[in-house]
Amino acid sequence: MLKNITLIKSVVFLLCLVPLGLIVFDGFQSNLTADPIEEILHRTGLWTLRILLITLAMTPLKVMTRSAIFIRIRRMLGLFTFFYASLHLIVYAWLDLGLDFGHLWEDIVDRPYITVGMLAWILMLPMAITSNRAMIRKLGKFWKRLHQAIYLVIGLGCLHFLWLVKSDITEPLIYTGIGLSLLLFRVAHYYHGQRLRNKGSIQ
Amino acid sequence: MKFKNTHKDSQTTDESIYVNRRKLIKAGIIGSASLLASNSMALSLPKATENSEFLIDELTSEKDATTYNNFYEFGLSKSDPVENAKDFKTEPWTVEVDGLCENKGTFDLEKLISNFSLEERIYRMRCVEAWSMVIPWTGFKLADLIKYCKPLSSAKYVYFETLYDPKQMPGQKGRSIPWPYREGLRMDEAMNELTLMAVGMYGKQLPNQNGAPLRLVTPWKYGFKGIKSIVKIKFLDKQPINSWQAIAPQEYGFYANVNPEVDHPRWSQATERRITGGFSLFNSRIKTQMFNGYSDYVASMYKGMDLTKLY
Repeated sequence: MLKNITLIKSVVFLLCLVPLGLIVFDGFQSNLTADPIEEILHRTGLWTLRILLITLAMTPLKVMTRSAIFIRIRRMLGLFTFFYASLHLIVYAWLDLGLDFGHLWEDIVDRPYITVGMLAWILMLPMAITSNRAMIRKLGKFWKRLHQAIYLVIGLGCLHFLWLVKSDITEPLIYTGIGLSLLLFRVAHYYHGQRLRNKGSIQ
Repeated sequence: MKFKNTHKDSQTTDESIYVNRRKLIKAGIIGSASLLASNSMALSLPKATENSEFLIDELTSEKDATTYNNFYEFGLSKSDPVENAKDFKTEPWTVEVDGLCENKGTFDLEKLISNFSLEERIYRMRCVEAWSMVIPWTGFKLADLIKYCKPLSSAKYVYFETLYDPKQMPGQKGRSIPWPYREGLRMDEAMNELTLMAVGMYGKQLPNQNGAPLRLVTPWKYGFKGIKSIVKIKFLDKQPINSWQAIAPQEYGFYANVNPEVDHPRWSQATERRITGGFSLFNSRIKTQMFNGYSDYVASMYKGMDLTKLY
């Protein structure tokens, strides 16, 4: 079993690096469209959102399959979400804006889609820092609170996408829909659990 | 008037232009000597060292300009048009002239073009999405076409329509835009000498994905004003509603003049990413110029107008 977990973790780790690998590969082939910065921004943004949704799918999958494996790989997925979000931010601030921090600050303040995107990254930062075992032990109950911010992050991430598209919002709506259903699952599961508990106490 | 790029950033030293130029002369396509003139002019300019952000108006590579297109009739992604417009039929092509003018009718494009002299001009193209290109167009002045149509004095606006043919234009099956695509210009804008009806680029026939066989080019306006694959031109006494204005009037106006001081409600228009074709990963943004750098030609048309309201 332990061997299995190591194997599964390694596979997931490598899979999470594939989008980055493809960006680098396409970069060397000059295959990042005529506007490579925009393309890299788009791809890293999409993969942030995708891996975030996959991370959020782990708890429902665990509930449905009763397999703990999904919880064992959850932290790594969460960290990859943060990894791609950070790449996204770095490409934006460095490659696109040329580290013009005045411009960056103006964007954060004036452009709602950038405001929410930045906020999402800032919320993820403490989560990434406190993702190790020592921190979990040290922070106790507060750790869970802190990491529940992920529900806010998915909302902000979807808003970020919705607000930046020019006309056709089908794609961001699909992501928002998946995100919402993953949150609804938790709400339903919570109330279902409470009802069972209530029943238990009456009998 | 020379249609060289009017700023210090105009050192167009790309050899391929000369090659194209030669090809054009050979093919007898080019009418005026504007390109060669603009080049020698540009070369005689002092070296542009002061502007650290923007040194050279390098031509966008033909590959980039013909594979990275917004042409929703052929799909929403920028790589769609080159794929989906492959079999688009542009011959024969007719243009209907209608409205407040004397010379109404449906004209065969080839015959129509033979009335005008073609020339090549290098223009900046600034997309409303904050990226830009530098493209050598071949075309004729819209002013010539308008004179040919003999508009009545009551005609105040020129209105254009793109072909509506969902069989050939798969994007028109979707509802991203109320089809057909529509655009318009005020009469003075349409008569401005910058305003070009393009039939070619890079010394070749206009590729389908770039709006073949006939498109509008207004370099001081955002790219979406450059309506493609035009089948209808109509003279009106009232300002028409262009497609993007119809979709989102709070974001896109009728004028759509490039203006670094008037932001898109959701993003800044102060800067742009210039697409050149070389390795551009480390080319950060450049400053967007008022009227895309064509103030000398067009600013007078907008005197006294509040450009923050009439965006």
